Amino acid sequence: MNSEPDTLTLPEPKSFELLPKGIDSNQAGDLLEVSMGPQHPSTHGVFRMDVVLDGERVVKLKPVFGYLHRNHEKIGENTTYLGSMPYTDRLDYFCSLTNNWAYALTVEKLAGLQIPERAEYIRVITAELTRLQNHACLGGFLLQDMGASGTPLMYAFREREKILDLFESLTGARMMCNYMRFGGCRCDLPSGWIEQAKQVVESFPKFLDEFEALLNENEILMTRTQGVGVVSKALAVNASITGPMLRATGVNYDIRKVDHYGIYDRFAFRVPLGAHGDVYDRYMIRVLEMRESVKILQQALRDIPGGPIVDPKAKLRGFRPKPGEAYGRIEAPKGELGFYLISDGSPNPYRYRVRPPSLINLTVLEDMCLGHLVGDVVVILGSVDIVLGEVDR
Amino acid sequence: MLGEGIIKGMVETARNFAGSFVDEDRLTTVQYPEERLPQKEAARNFPFLVYDGKDPEAGLRCVACQICEKECPPQCIYITKSKDRKPDHAGKPQFFPAVFDIDVSVCMSCQICVEVCPFDAIKMDTEFELSTDDRFGDLLQHKEDLARPNTYFQKLHPTDAAESDARLAAERAKAEAKQKADAEAKAKAAAVPKPSPAQVSNVVPALAK
Repeated sequence: MNSEPDTLTLPEPKSFELLPKGIDSNQAGDLLEVSMGPQHPSTHGVFRMDVVLDGERVVKLKPVFGYLHRNHEKIGENTTYLGSMPYTDRLDYFCSLTNNWAYALTVEKLAGLQIPERAEYIRVITAELTRLQNHACLGGFLLQDMGASGTPLMYAFREREKILDLFESLTGARMMCNYMRFGGCRCDLPSGWIEQAKQVVESFPKFLDEFEALLNENEILMTRTQGVGVVSKALAVNASITGPMLRATGVNYDIRKVDHYGIYDRFAFRVPLGAHGDVYDRYMIRVLEMRESVKILQQALRDIPGGPIVDPKAKLRGFRPKPGEAYGRIEAPKGELGFYLISDGSPNPYRYRVRPPSLINLTVLEDMCLGHLVGDVVVILGSVDIVLGEVDR
Repeated sequence: MLGEGIIKGMVETARNFAGSFVDEDRLTTVQYPEERLPQKEAARNFPFLVYDGKDPEAGLRCVACQICEKECPPQCIYITKSKDRKPDHAGKPQFFPAVFDIDVSVCMSCQICVEVCPFDAIKMDTEFELSTDDRFGDLLQHKEDLARPNTYFQKLHPTDAAESDARLAAERAKAEAKQKADAEAKAKAAAVPKPSPAQVSNVVPALAK
């Protein structure tokens, strides 16, 4: 299909040493236990870390979550299949359309529905737009955590706003889209939407150039991120980390490539891979992934066919899949998002389980933070890209 | 050179700052609430009930079938069915909601009630300034607060409204045609000459046997 290689390795970055290496703190002293969060501005929501410090260095870290628990899975078992769809928007509230897709994909597997061609294209387009805005904001938030207060975040939000406008004119809501349905999508693209989307996609590389010029060679960014929060390949695989965090360690695992869900086989794009597994690689992987997403979007917006947008067999009311179980997963911007459903033939699922990427990516937080400064903990947490709506569910 | 990257970044920021005075693309904010962006046609926020004609009570399209109440994911719709019936837009006697309440504080504007409604009776509003100082009274909206004329719906979502109007017009035409056909059939039955008394008297003993 495409002659260029499937993966893309990060170029070896420049490096700087502005600060002296850490002072060896073997002198006996008291340990200090600090509770960071849940109201700490750098914890991206209501997340708490119990940090034990030796001077300024972390010797122990315990993540505490559950402050935003909303009983998502139990509610899923008590409402109809369709009724859970708007709740999935609220898992990872930055990327409602990929959540919708993962859930719809699982139910389609369960019920054996066929998705029309046009709906598949719309799903790819909306998912990649979601990835663009998520990664752009993550870059902004990460830099905000490092002290670049406002400027990069506001630039990212300016771009995100254009994508959210597209979502609003398509789905009616900016964040809680509730757009996908079992067997397709809720409504067709409004007239002129493709042209608007093309415009946004064409102007996005300009923003990326600007963003990279703003920060990529910034010496402060490099010293704060290079060699900080390293995850080894083995640890990443053993802890079942997914998404950009896994690829930053150099493991070539992108569900769009390995699971062939949707119609991703038809698009030429590469998977960026890091080499060091540190915060810098995680940041750069996301920047490069945005460029690849732009490529996918250009191809999808060019090739989108006409036709129906929903499987005629799919029923909106009285939907009862036959008894069975299904696991569906997609490459969400944060990693592998999976839904596991068991049907007993009734209108509600018997079991409804979510595999959230950011919760599982958080499990290596202590390994990443040990030995680093308190200020680095904030940066490392920022690079994991968590959304507490999804962690606590 | 050390510091080169920082200077490059600063130049980018300066370009944005200076650009915001001349370039529309770099100054993207509006001064809400004095200045507002136009609403998108697909925008949705909170449901309302549609009525035809002038009278919100008589023209309400809702027939209290309670499908939306059952399908609503956060269960924020409360309906009580009426005891008696009133004619709907096509003249067919139907139930109507004696009580139709929606709780604003629970509703998550997911539009599922609109999708499942077979009567085009509930639609999404675009009004988003719903804040109130009465926590218990104003957050539970009743039938009277929710009712909006069809012209309002046509103004908000012209494409959707055109579709639903066409559907309803077709239904009405069908009902009218049926009424006409019924009337004709009745007229025909009336036109058939009544059997003469002699024949009747013949039949009755036969039945009596």
